[in-house]
Amino acid sequence: MIGALELGIIYGVMALGVYLTFRVLNFPDLTVDGSFTTGAAVAAAMITNGQNPVIATLAGGGAGLIAGAVTGVLHTKGRIDGLLAGILTMIALWSVNLRIMGTAKEGSTVAANLPLLRADTVYTPLRDAGLLRTWAGVAVLFVAVMALKLIVDWFLSTKLGLAIQATGDNGPMIRSFGVSTDGTTILTLAVSNGFVAACGALVAQYQGFADISMGIGLILVGLASVILGQAVLGQRFIWVSTFAVVFGAVLYRLIIFYAMRVGLDPNDMKLVTAALVVLALLLPRWGFLKRIPSLRGRGGKVPPRDAPPADGPAPSVDEPVGATAATTPGEGK
Amino acid sequence: MLVIDSLFKTFFPGSVNERRALVDVSLTLEEGDFVTVIGSNGAGKSTLLNAVSGRYTADAGTISIDNRTVNRLKEHRRARYIGRVFQDPMAGTAPNLTIEQNLALAERRGLSRGLGPSLGAKRRERFRTELRALELGLEDRLSAKVGLLSGGQRQALSLLMAGFTKPRILLLDEHTAALDPQRAALVAHLTETIVAQGRLTTLMVTHNMEQALALGNRLVMMHEGRIVFEASADEKKKLTVPLLLDEFAKIKGATFDDRALLN
Repeated sequence: MIGALELGIIYGVMALGVYLTFRVLNFPDLTVDGSFTTGAAVAAAMITNGQNPVIATLAGGGAGLIAGAVTGVLHTKGRIDGLLAGILTMIALWSVNLRIMGTAKEGSTVAANLPLLRADTVYTPLRDAGLLRTWAGVAVLFVAVMALKLIVDWFLSTKLGLAIQATGDNGPMIRSFGVSTDGTTILTLAVSNGFVAACGALVAQYQGFADISMGIGLILVGLASVILGQAVLGQRFIWVSTFAVVFGAVLYRLIIFYAMRVGLDPNDMKLVTAALVVLALLLPRWGFLKRIPSLRGRGGKVPPRDAPPADGPAPSVDEPVGATAATTPGEGK
Repeated sequence: MLVIDSLFKTFFPGSVNERRALVDVSLTLEEGDFVTVIGSNGAGKSTLLNAVSGRYTADAGTISIDNRTVNRLKEHRRARYIGRVFQDPMAGTAPNLTIEQNLALAERRGLSRGLGPSLGAKRRERFRTELRALELGLEDRLSAKVGLLSGGQRQALSLLMAGFTKPRILLLDEHTAALDPQRAALVAHLTETIVAQGRLTTLMVTHNMEQALALGNRLVMMHEGRIVFEASADEKKKLTVPLLLDEFAKIKGATFDDRALLN
């Protein structure tokens, strides 16, 4: 139980990353499946080679930054569909990750896993103090992840952060105010994957190994955390949203924990995760979670434009001469 | 100021759907000019605005602002000089951001956007003052999401945002066409005020002939991608809707005759 809590809080870092792309940028980024492992691989390889674990973790995050930027460039400059761009990077990273782990394995250039059992990790001070897997350990991790959440809140409130929010909300509009949406998209994907990869590095150290398949299906875990958390706590303000996604990550781990308790196999967890995401998407639509408004908040959803008649009747056409018809054929974006 | 010189744009060239949207269009706006552009559907009015703003790249011809050729500048780089309001009230604002956030975005037109705070007491005070001028009560709703506003309110806000930093050129693309007559009149009135206060050089496309006559100091009529009629400041004062319709009928007839001859 406490282990599930700790792991959930650590996965909150990943949830913050997925939140940045999925909710803020409105971009379903599949790169995370690869970049999570990249972060783990880089950190594990560096730790095995004797590097300081904090530096190794940061380097893992840095590798994710690059992976995200690659997806961003493919999507914006290469005009490749967002889903496909993410898949391309993710698949390519599989080979890259094997090579990265290979650098720490003697007599081989590739490796599918790296054990970290006796190595010093970022958790070693906690373990030495006897805090890991106690409520105190949970508290320490929680404070650390909340600090990261506050950094995300601050970042999104800056001029640059506001431009990123507008990119996800109305791209053509913010371009007309002089923002390069290509730039904001690449930046956000990079930061997001940096978070995800740093989380991969932290998870590898927590569980004591990095494995080539540890990122498989991670995007669903991220989506489950974001959607679950926001379904329960709402997304009225940024600071609520970011807290909600960390909360969602913990909730997800607890659900998995209890699913295992009732006898489900670890191999069934992908199915459980997919079912969770489907439920979290459908339940609010069927009005289930709306019945607890105190928990739900009002969300960020916007009513149709002619819904609130605060300013007179719904918009209509003021000229009968076919004024609504487009004057020019679209050239595409 | 704004010089458009023999601009060409063809959509789907070489296919059966080929459409020549701009054919040798030249137009010069002096500082402070407010030109209204009228014409039927498919006349190339919106294409002209999109070419000036950089959303479309022209096939040939040059566009210069303040004697600087901007042809090669991308849309977001040209945005430093150009404010825009679109026909769709949804297009000019970010619905999930608040009124003050939208204004803060507009305030940084063409400037760098770093890690400084996007809002503050001083900015909010300025936003309140500017919003008060719209007389829509928006100054008391700074933290309301823009998606909650009606079409007319959103379009008024778009207009304020487009003119916020006094851009060199203001482009208005049928920005009252999607509103009911009452809101359209309000937005038209605001347009006059904002253009006059900022002495903005403006190019406005409209379907509404009365509006085209009421607003601005010059008028051009487009047909099939060409500018077919121009009224200078003095000429425009004498124009009426029937006169414009006559002019339009003549031009339509003329092009029809041309075709008949060619065939």
